[in-house]
Amino acid sequence: MDLSSISPTLLIASLMVAATPILLAAIGEMVVEKSGVLNLGVEGMMIMGAVTGFIAAIETGSPWAGFLAAAAGGAVVALLFGFLTQVLLSNQVATGLALTLFGLGVSSLIGQGYVGIKANGLRRIDLGWLTDLPFVGRVIFGHDPMVYLSLLLVALVWGFLKYTRAGLILRAVGESHDAAHALGYHVRRVRLMAIAFGGACAGLGGAYLSLVRVPQWTDGMTAGAGWIALAIVVFASWRAGRVLVGAYLFGGITVLQLNLQTAGAKVSVELLSAAPYLVTILVLVLISFRAGRGGDAPADLARPFHASG
Amino acid sequence: MTALLELRGLTKAYPGVVANDGVSFTVEKGGVHALLGENGAGKSTLVKTIYGLVRPDAGTMRLDGQPYAPAEPRAARAAGVAMVFQHFSLFDALSVAENVALGMENPPGLRDLSRRIREVSDAYGLPLDPLRRVGDLSAGERQRVEIVRCLLQDPRLLIMDEPTSVLTPQEVEILFATLRQLSQEGASILYISHKLEEIRTLCDAATVLRGGKVVGDADPRQATASELAEQMVGAKLTAPRARAHEPGAAMLTMKALSMPPASQFGTPLHDLSFELRAGEVLGIGGVAGNGQDELLAALSGERPSAAGTLWLEGRDISRLRPTPRRAAGLLTAPEERLGHAAAPDMSLTENAAMTGAARRGMLRHGFLDWGRARAFATDIIGAFDVRTPGPHVAARALSGGNLQKFVIGREVLQDPRVLVVNQPTWGVDAAAANAIRQALLDLAADGAGVIVISQDLDELLEVSDRFAALNAGRLGAPVPAATLTMERIGLMLGGAHDLKGSRGEDVAHV
Repeated sequence: MDLSSISPTLLIASLMVAATPILLAAIGEMVVEKSGVLNLGVEGMMIMGAVTGFIAAIETGSPWAGFLAAAAGGAVVALLFGFLTQVLLSNQVATGLALTLFGLGVSSLIGQGYVGIKANGLRRIDLGWLTDLPFVGRVIFGHDPMVYLSLLLVALVWGFLKYTRAGLILRAVGESHDAAHALGYHVRRVRLMAIAFGGACAGLGGAYLSLVRVPQWTDGMTAGAGWIALAIVVFASWRAGRVLVGAYLFGGITVLQLNLQTAGAKVSVELLSAAPYLVTILVLVLISFRAGRGGDAPADLARPFHASG
Repeated sequence: MTALLELRGLTKAYPGVVANDGVSFTVEKGGVHALLGENGAGKSTLVKTIYGLVRPDAGTMRLDGQPYAPAEPRAARAAGVAMVFQHFSLFDALSVAENVALGMENPPGLRDLSRRIREVSDAYGLPLDPLRRVGDLSAGERQRVEIVRCLLQDPRLLIMDEPTSVLTPQEVEILFATLRQLSQEGASILYISHKLEEIRTLCDAATVLRGGKVVGDADPRQATASELAEQMVGAKLTAPRARAHEPGAAMLTMKALSMPPASQFGTPLHDLSFELRAGEVLGIGGVAGNGQDELLAALSGERPSAAGTLWLEGRDISRLRPTPRRAAGLLTAPEERLGHAAAPDMSLTENAAMTGAARRGMLRHGFLDWGRARAFATDIIGAFDVRTPGPHVAARALSGGNLQKFVIGREVLQDPRVLVVNQPTWGVDAAAANAIRQALLDLAADGAGVIVISQDLDELLEVSDRFAALNAGRLGAPVPAATLTMERIGLMLGGAHDLKGSRGEDVAHV
């Protein structure tokens, strides 16, 4: 095995790229769950974002239009889930699973004519001498704008939940929808907005895969990223900072095991491929154990709300 | 005095029931007005209408002479109407300050708000730490959060829906002092309760509701409690009475039982010991969250305890699960009617079979004899006057009081050696409560041991032979109930810490 073939600079730089789709989807899902809704359709919303973003980027030639379309596509699919679960009061778990299957099917249908085309990716930003700094330049100042946008989004979500009144109301709705209703807050409206935001984030995450990371469209290209995002939210105990840690950890191990495979490590490939999942879940479980007896879940998570009286 | 709130002909109908039927009355400025009535009399619907949560079908309201028709609670709060809810409208995972902010229209920043919470809570003698998590507070402290939330908005009308049901006598005193202070400052209070003695000490006017209609006004300072009760119920009430009998041999013995809490907000049990004799009613009092649910789980077998800690008639049952305990004669009726004592969507027959199958011989080679189950359910319905069309009805469809009679009756009719009930008359109207208490007394008179866990101290004094206080998961030594006064009980329940301030020494909820 030749470890010297692994460059730490490239490793860190590429782990950030590998982690960004999951980070985007996870931070959106965290907001949804904070409002008391469990949307298991992250995978479906991601793939819908991937395909709509890709098509929009090809048709307009602008990756930014692609990302916009992806956010809109993800939000629309999410609002379908929102309508079913919040207005028609369908079961959230079953509806979320159906949304994933639905998204995989529909994306494959509308993406048929776009397989094998290459999209214009986002260019990395260039900050002149900053980007030319050894190590730091490539790791901190040499990414595409979406990487920074995802980090900004994590910070914004954290600040929103912690410091704003709207964030407080969102958390209150997730904690006890009956109490929030009694105080006169619009539980359903808050949840629908959270669901739409979560869908938009998942859509962005999907588009990052099809427009930057790969960058082309193939069926089922999210390959379980949505499920990892869901798991990260839970094991991160619904905290923005830990979601970031979890997503980067997962991205890091993914990139590392790829590097190890090319470096010819004497470990079976299957085990290496499973490593990101195992390590991420293990570490986050340990974190949440230390944080207390898992009492961080929003108390009304996945409970249907029906206003009476 | 002049009128603050006038209600004229308020009517609200739900499918199948008229909750309010032409309700009219007036709350004076600076007055403490009681709203009296049994369960289902329409009190909650009425106050929800005033608070903007329910829109009336007909009728008008005037606040301070102006037409008043709040479309939502926000409008009510803006008009100066505040409400303290029966079931707390609090968020466990949020801090006190955050909870207060959620109940205000334009809250200041959290730092300013924390300062104002401290000021107001000190001014009214309700000490509160704004930074604590509400989930860690005792029931009395949680109510303070609700009250302070209302006070911060300088309300003209404060609605209190059954505020004292979870408080110790000392906490009730503090609450009443606060309310009197408020009313002296010119605010009006609409006070809902079915505790008549409280209303007589606190209120200066009363409106009695029955079946959604106003059946009369009363002056609570003049009328006696029994007059008020008869007005509420519309019939004469007879208090339950125990037949004279001598306690017998020890039936159930608990020896130094300890148990960790089942959940994050649970209470651990420390070193509990008592002995229950045949023919005796042991009352266990305490404020909610001091280990009642855990004690019931330990007795019912939902959570087995260490070997040698629980003995039924000389047999160690500590490691037994609920079904063998039932077979041995230890029956339990938990507090939560829907979802714990009864399965909401199953019929009464199915619910009767659920605990009665073994003791009432409904099992044949592992198969259920539905005929016997139905007969058993019919027996319960008959013997306990459960108002329902029949045993095929789902448990969910029964009113709280009727379902409570059913779940208590189901255990009583199984001829228990020992019966443990938790909050047997919680949310049950006076007539049904009397019937349930009478059944428990009769059971004891026939030689069974009965444990009544309750937060209703009047009830415990009425039925118990001996009384023990459960406080922060510890059980005091049982004392004869006949020697007790309310003050003494209050001290036993640890309410005394409220007089010293709640911080530092948190006895009621550790």
